[in-house]
Amino acid sequence: MDNKYTILELTDIAKEIRKDILLSISEAGSGHTGGSLGLADVFTSLYFNILNHNPQNPNYNNRDRLILSIGHVAPVLYAALANAGYFSKSELLSLRKLGTRLQGHPGKNHNLPGIELSSGSLGQGLSISVGLALSAKSDKKKWKVYTILGDGELQEGSIWEAAMSAAHYKLNNLIALVDRNHVQIDGQTNKVMDIEPLAEKWKAFGWNVLNCNGNNIAEIIDTYKIANSEKTKPTVIIAETVMGKGVPEIEGNYLWHGKAPSKEQAKLFINSLR
Amino acid sequence: MKEYTYTETKDTRSGFGAGLHQLGKTNKNVVAMCADLIGSLKMDNFVKENPERFFQAGIAEANMTSVAAGLTIGGKIPFIGTFAAFATGRVYDQIRQSVAYSNKNVKICASHAGLTLGEDGATHQILEDIGLMKMLPNMVVINPCDYNQTKAATLEIADYVGPVYLRFGRPKVPNFTPENQEFKIGEAVMLNKGTDVSIFATGHLVWEAIKAGETLEAKGISAEIINIHTIKPLDKKAILDSVAKTGAVVTAEEHMLNGGLGDSIAQLLALNNPKPIEMIGVDDEFGESGHPEKLMIKYGLTANNIVAAAEKVISRK
Repeated sequence: MDNKYTILELTDIAKEIRKDILLSISEAGSGHTGGSLGLADVFTSLYFNILNHNPQNPNYNNRDRLILSIGHVAPVLYAALANAGYFSKSELLSLRKLGTRLQGHPGKNHNLPGIELSSGSLGQGLSISVGLALSAKSDKKKWKVYTILGDGELQEGSIWEAAMSAAHYKLNNLIALVDRNHVQIDGQTNKVMDIEPLAEKWKAFGWNVLNCNGNNIAEIIDTYKIANSEKTKPTVIIAETVMGKGVPEIEGNYLWHGKAPSKEQAKLFINSLR
Repeated sequence: MKEYTYTETKDTRSGFGAGLHQLGKTNKNVVAMCADLIGSLKMDNFVKENPERFFQAGIAEANMTSVAAGLTIGGKIPFIGTFAAFATGRVYDQIRQSVAYSNKNVKICASHAGLTLGEDGATHQILEDIGLMKMLPNMVVINPCDYNQTKAATLEIADYVGPVYLRFGRPKVPNFTPENQEFKIGEAVMLNKGTDVSIFATGHLVWEAIKAGETLEAKGISAEIINIHTIKPLDKKAILDSVAKTGAVVTAEEHMLNGGLGDSIAQLLALNNPKPIEMIGVDDEFGESGHPEKLMIKYGLTANNIVAAAEKVISRK
């Protein structure tokens, strides 16, 4: 953990990450704009404050592990990694192009620094995180596992297999965050397949449950700090976010789940970034 | 015909259990998981002696598979065990993305494969698992023939870095390969040199191929018999060299014809040296309940079937 940036500076970084998301997706001509923008504040908080990591030595042993279970928001991960110094920002414009290390969904075998595994097919990241947290426990290592889940993704049954096992193994070194933006491809999560009551579900599965505004950096950081002090249970942070956050034209509009702005639109969106 | 004898019959799953037990003593990075089938997979000794290195997954194979992938990122070598039907078909997507595409060092150890699971019937008798696994890039597919070979394979895959599918079975079968043999992934084992027909067999069908070779010899036919314990990577050289000599091929496996060993060999030969081929395997149907030996007879997976196939393929030369 690292307090070298003020909240004001972090807010600027989040804005830069949003700009990079819009530039890279509009250059690619396809990609998941809404969710990526909505998570910019969470990724800024993680990569510029919470995570113990080293962009110059991405594989060093005692790094915290970030597992992105919802691989479709890869653009926010790539933008955060580039801004943190894992690779050059110019590479962001290769997103989704033939030969790129920035695959449409993260591909471990394409050797992009900072990627722990491949993801895209939903419902697997929490299980991966359980395995990582188990190995850290069994080696008595201090590093932690930070997992990013989608809210629609919680409709996958395997998530709940993983949730059951994380509590069973008492993995207090595992902190998952649910990107609770209430929308998925076909519409509102409560219309497509309701996942509520969400906090009660996680509690019933034996988890420590925290809530925060996932678009408020100070609150995100404080909530992660509380999670880090948990002694016995895995923690889930239900982070209320707005899909498309920062671009007024698309905020909260599920039609922007998997849609790319044109280059002209991207310019307008960047100018209107809040 | 080279003579093969055995002093006892043993199940290949116990060979896996013995290998895992030994790895518990020799390789501290080996960990194991099981989905509520410790006894069936013969993992008891490992679990008893290494409780801190065993993680019970419960009846949740999807979670187990991805947890294993996570364990590898932490430097562990996870051996995950369940029935072949649940180890592959049930969790194909987890294997595809988190294990194969991510190229993680997970050892998928699958017991009760094929018809010889017997009385439990078709829900549990998977005959498609080799096909499912061999289609995945990065995946190694191994189907040893007896107890000793399964134990040797279990030890060997711990040293190999990358995803492996290790397939074994439930029934007791002749244990005829050498104790403490060296197992080389991707290297076929020549069991008998011959000139008239090449018989390529895998798993439980290897012993049937040996019996078939004896019958063929009595009929004046010289069969070359090769144990293909590794279906992927396939030992192409051994197969092509043999077929160049004999000019006729029989494949034998306890698996669906679609996607199995025969299918791999047919493709290899079609591209390099097309020759008459006959295949012993299950032809596009599900299994059923019954005694394992009776099932093998009904579905045509016996030495007699291999003999008939050899005679037929020779007549097609």
